[in-house]
Parts: sequence; structure tokens; C-alpha cells
Amino acid sequence: MIESVLFYTFAALALVSAVVVIAQKSPFYSAFGLIVVLCSLSGIFAVLGSPFIAVIQLVVYAGAIMVLFLFVLMLLNVQRETDDVGGSAPLRLAAAALASAFAAQVAAVIARARIVSGPEQYEASTRKVAELLFSPAFLYVFEATSILILAALVGAIVLAKRDL
Amino acid sequence: MSPLIQDLIEKAVVVLVVFGGLLGVFSLCTLIERRVLAFMQFRLGPNRTGPQGLFQPVADGIKLFFKEEFIPAGANKLLFVLAPAVAVVTAFMSTAIVSYGGALTVPALSFLPEWLQGRVIELQIADLDVGILYLFALSSLGVYGVVMAGWASNNKYALVGGLRSSAQMFSYELALGLSWVPVILVTNSFRLPEIVAGQAGWFWNWNCFALFPAFLVYVVAGTAEANRTPFDLPEAETELVAGFHTEYSSMKFALLQMAEYVNMITISALGANMFLGGANTGLPFLPPTAAFGLVGFLAFAAKVAGFLFFFFWLRGTLPRFRYDQLMHFGWKVLVPVAACFILVVAGVVAALA
Repeated sequence: MIESVLFYTFAALALVSAVVVIAQKSPFYSAFGLIVVLCSLSGIFAVLGSPFIAVIQLVVYAGAIMVLFLFVLMLLNVQRETDDVGGSAPLRLAAAALASAFAAQVAAVIARARIVSGPEQYEASTRKVAELLFSPAFLYVFEATSILILAALVGAIVLAKRDL
Repeated sequence: MSPLIQDLIEKAVVVLVVFGGLLGVFSLCTLIERRVLAFMQFRLGPNRTGPQGLFQPVADGIKLFFKEEFIPAGANKLLFVLAPAVAVVTAFMSTAIVSYGGALTVPALSFLPEWLQGRVIELQIADLDVGILYLFALSSLGVYGVVMAGWASNNKYALVGGLRSSAQMFSYELALGLSWVPVILVTNSFRLPEIVAGQAGWFWNWNCFALFPAFLVYVVAGTAEANRTPFDLPEAETELVAGFHTEYSSMKFALLQMAEYVNMITISALGANMFLGGANTGLPFLPPTAAFGLVGFLAFAAKVAGFLFFFFWLRGTLPRFRYDQLMHFGWKVLVPVAACFILVVAGVVAALA
């Protein structure tokens, strides 16, 4: 009972703020809308019984990545969008076609999804997540991803500084 | 009464007591900080209102309530009003994870309801499995209060203050998080009660001795995270007027101040739990459960008070960092030291296992 109430509250909050993200003219409100989306997703993870993923969602996305977004917005002092959508007629047509293709994809995924009546019960403690992540099945993927991120980091520094 | 209702009542009381207690400690801190600073500078400090100036926080509160609430014309009203709320809410939410000194045992007095007699009340609002990671998440959200305040004020000093503050909190959060890892490695748990239990016995079992480098990094990064001198660059009144809260007045200003002090209290309480043994007295013959758990609570409170005094002392002693020095120190000294120490501790733990 309490879980359903919390779930629907967070889900509604996520949807409303997701609409705010794309409907807002001010990039700042969009960014804050995205933060609220990420926070409510984290709330949903917590309700589903996976506190570790919930916290990581907050630390990585809401905490770290969105701060960088805001930094860029603040430093560049991005102005409000004007009402003019821009683009020629063929471009708009192409955009509409791509958007409907994306909508069809999303619809296909939702149609295929296995709807269960409630969250499936399984233990999602920090220890379990770690055991899964460092199991032979995922270990190499996990380590390869960290090397990829490290390479991106070094690349960004080299590009930004030119002479080290 | 069903056990669920009993638990709910217990938790509600703990939440209210913690919230009220934090507000009380916050207002006392504002007074004690001024008195301590005054003492260090051969002044008297506020000692007129009540005995030893004890009612000064009340007077300050009344004054702040009746000051004019001013919103600059060019400000973004929504975010300007929201910013202090975000700061205070995240600050108070992060206090939920802190263990406030073990558990209290309700004495078996006859006038109490039967379910309450001998009940053990954990002095912690939420004992999450993810433990201190939760605190990490909330402290990274706390940055938004400052960023929003700085940007929404439409004032260049406030904006620079907000930018500086977010860059600083961001950088030192990393060192702070890394300083927790050795403790987690040694205890094998994220949960604060287990971390505290792992430091039982004589006081040389406390993590601050075996893990001294991590403790040092924690104290320095914690000072920066709470925006205290010598890391109070977000305010830096000589260059930035008052930083991100330049345009704030009245209760909004008070809320921003409150968030800052609550963060400082959280950092102190967490440091007491993780490195100074929490509720443990450090003497095996005086367990924290003695005298209905009051001994543990007092030991914890004394450690937090020590931390808070240390923060006041720093403010009275040290000058402010320059901004490039701050970044240099955070990234090129604190982070490598913390990371290297993690390697050492991980090696030792793996060798002993």
C-alpha cells in the first residue's frame, strides 16, 4: 500500500518534470527539471528495494553530471530560447519522421515488456550488487568501461590544455 | 498495540527529537562560535542577553524574522526562493543516517506502557544498507542550493561565489569520499552501527589511530565541504561581498546559515562515528550501553563537541586559502594521499584475509 503510493508519486513527479525538461524555454529550468527526474527515478529504485542503485543514481547523475551541465549553462550564460523553431520545411519533415520512428521503437519495447503485478522479490543489497559486478560474467566489461572512461578523461585534459 | 504502530511511534519520536536537537545545537553553535572567537581575540562577545548571552540566538531569530524580505528586481524569483529550501532540506535529510551514540534502553518503570519497558531505542533515524553512500548522495545534492542561490540572485559576486562553491564542494567531496574507503575496507560494511561496533574496546582501537592519514584527509575535506575557514571561499567577503548569499536577507539568509551549520554538525557527527569510535568510551570497562545507554550518548556528544570546537578554533586561527591554492591542494595533495592510502589499506586487508 505505502509502496504503491510512493511509486505512483515518484512516477508522476518524474513524468511531469520530464515534460518540463523539453517544454521549458529557459535552459536552466530544463536542467533543474532533469535533476528532479533523476531524483524521482532514484526514489523509484529505492521503493523497488534497490538502495544501492538509488544512491548511485543520485551521486553520479543528479550529483555529478548535472552539476557539470549547470556549470556550462552558468559560464556561457545561455539565454532563453526564442519562439522561432527554425529549419526549412524538409528539415522539419525529417525531424517529424525521426520522432515518429523513435515513438514506434518505444511503443515496440513497451508492447514486448513483460508486465508483472509487482516488483519481483530478490535481494539487492550492496553486497549482492558488488558480487554480481565483480563476477566473471561482468568483471571484464566493468574494467573495460573504467579504462574507456579514463581514456576519455585523459583525452579531455589533452584537448583542453594542449601543452602539458 | 501492534508492533508496527509501536515502531512508527518510536521512529516518529526519534525523528522529532533529532530534528529539535539539531535546531537547538545549531542555535547554540551560533552563540558559542561567537563567544569562542571573541575569547581568542581578547574580546567578550555577545554576553548581554540572558546568562552568558544564552538567549542571544533567540534575539537573533526574532531580529531575522522581522527584517525586510528583499528579492532583487532582476532575480529569478522561483529559484531565488527555492534555493534556501533546497539547502536546508538536503542538510537535514543527510542527518538521518548519522548514528547519535548507540542505543538507549527505556528503564522498566511501572507507569510506562508495557511495550515501552526495557525497549531498546536506536539513536538513528534510518539504518540503511548503503549507509554512508546515502550521505555522499545528499552532500552532492546539497551543492544545488548554493548553485541556485548564486545564479538566481542575478548578481556577479553571487554568481562567482556560487561557481566557486560548487567547484570546491565538488573537488573536496571526492577526497571526502576517498577518506571513507579505508574505514569501509577495515569494517567490511557501509553501515554506521557496524563501523562503530568495530571500534569497541580500548581507545587505540579507534580508526583515527590505525587509519590516521584517512582521518587527516577527512578532517580537511570535511572542513572544505562545510565551507568553513580556511575553505570559506564561497563567502570570501573581502573579494565577493558575501558570495552566494549576498542578495539574501531575513529568514532566507537564516535558512542558508542554518544549512551550513547543520552540514558542519553532520560532518562532526560522522567523523565522531567513523574515526573516533562513536558511542564507544574507549575504556572496555565502561561500555556504551551502561546507565541505559546514556554513557554512549555522552561519549558521542563529547566527541561531536570536540569536532565543533576544532572548527571554531580553525576559524579563529587560519587565514583563507587563495582559490588556485585551494584547487591545487584538493586535487594534487588530498586526492592522491587518500587514493594511495586506500591502496595500502586494501593491500594490508587482503594480506591478512
